[in-house]
Amino acid sequence: MSLVKGFTKGLWRENAVFRLLLGLCPALAVTTSAVNGLGMGFATTFVLVCSNIVVASLRKVIPARVRIPSFIVIIASFVTVVQLCMEAYFYDLHKALGIFIPLIVVNCLILGRAEAYASRNPLLPSVIDGAGMGLGFTLALFVLGSVRELFGVGTLFGVAVFGAGYQPLILLILPPGAFIVMGLLLAGMNRIEEFRK
Amino acid sequence: MEQVYLSSSPHIHSGASTPQIMRAVIYSLLPACAAAIFFFGVPALAVLLIAVLGCMACEVVCQRLMKQPVTLNDGSAVVTGILLGLNLPPTSPWWMTLLGAVIAIGIGKQIFGGLGYNLFNPALVARVVLLISFPVQMTRWTAPTPLRYGVDAVTAATPLGEWKTAVMLTGRLPEGLQGGTFSYLVGNMPGCVGEVSALALLGGAIYLFRRKILTWHIPLSYVASVMILSGLFWLVDPGKYPDPLFHLLTGGLILGAFFMATDMVTTPVSPGGMILFGVGCGVLTVIIRLFGGYPEGVSFAILLMNAATPLIDRYMRPRTFGVVRQGGAR
Repeated sequence: MSLVKGFTKGLWRENAVFRLLLGLCPALAVTTSAVNGLGMGFATTFVLVCSNIVVASLRKVIPARVRIPSFIVIIASFVTVVQLCMEAYFYDLHKALGIFIPLIVVNCLILGRAEAYASRNPLLPSVIDGAGMGLGFTLALFVLGSVRELFGVGTLFGVAVFGAGYQPLILLILPPGAFIVMGLLLAGMNRIEEFRK
Repeated sequence: MEQVYLSSSPHIHSGASTPQIMRAVIYSLLPACAAAIFFFGVPALAVLLIAVLGCMACEVVCQRLMKQPVTLNDGSAVVTGILLGLNLPPTSPWWMTLLGAVIAIGIGKQIFGGLGYNLFNPALVARVVLLISFPVQMTRWTAPTPLRYGVDAVTAATPLGEWKTAVMLTGRLPEGLQGGTFSYLVGNMPGCVGEVSALALLGGAIYLFRRKILTWHIPLSYVASVMILSGLFWLVDPGKYPDPLFHLLTGGLILGAFFMATDMVTTPVSPGGMILFGVGCGVLTVIIRLFGGYPEGVSFAILLMNAATPLIDRYMRPRTFGVVRQGGAR
């Protein structure tokens, strides 16, 4: 597989959220606004790329039997980096995302890529794969967050979009709204896929 | 040679069909609609019309989009529309009623595959979505103005809402609740379009009983469990908890127990399962009314029990005829 394809597959064809249904916990929980979705997506992308780099570099050294604990330790290190950086430079985002930043450790997307890709491929393809998958994840969270913020609050990036008379559908920024919007977007994605064939 | 067909029982079809049942349900809801228009006037009529037309339009649009046969003629969309209209306040703005219709048919019903496949009562799905999303519009009640149309509406609290506010503020029942048992019985009180008149609703329900479309299991077990449980609380502290009759006649219990909790699609099929379903609804309703944040719990209770219906059906399966229970008779 070419590097370009390795990058773009994460954006659409194997999109983590909409095609593989991986990493749904943060995708549903933190996407109450476009900013939160982007923040969570970029944090995850950073961890994913870094952990893919380390896992791919050490793939011949890590014994097969303890590979999962090893991956978790590698991932957790980068999550700690993200968490401390975010707390220092993006405090509001840090507060909004809360417990879901440390929970990036158990994001099955990251562990899945480490196990399925980085641990059996050379460094460069692994980096590309991590970047593509991470950006696809970010894109999905951004779309989910935008739709929920747009109709649930009536704003986008905090800027009012509709007139003053707009009554927000508050349900969409509550947990059930995440599932409903997610389901509708999945249905839309499948419909587009059908047309492309 | 003559062909012989073999099939398992039952062999005799009652002749009941979906359009017939739906038509009977529509007839049974007409008294409640009439009472609503009598008490709340043109706004109630507008809510009902928008809800029904919205549901019918949405049904056609959804089925066209999904390339399904359009089943508008079975009348189920009309029933959903009427039930949705009856479950909204008479002051509902048109866009909210219309959105409710789209949610009821689109998300409550067609996404699951249409009539017969929906997990939850579509009208209640819409009501709860609206209640959570637009708390202001969904709790703006007006005092009934029988036959005095054109008069500006006077806002007022529902009896349940009045009780809840008083208990939250003072911990006691309010001094004299507006109205009285007679008003509650005929429906002369603020409330949703269709929930106010107990008499009109019961009249429709009797018709459904006679047509054998309703069985007693769910309504009776639901109403009885609400009365018994709320009666226990009332006996413990009559100064704080309202009496069972108040629970029965104010709020949406009768509408819910006879018309919403008896939806054939979203409720258990076996008699035992139905009773369990009714009791579950009753207990949840009383708990939400007495201890929850919302003054009214009927819609939440029925939706929660809808979710439990597949489980109930699984464990309350009637014994197959001729099959011996394991470890039973030798």
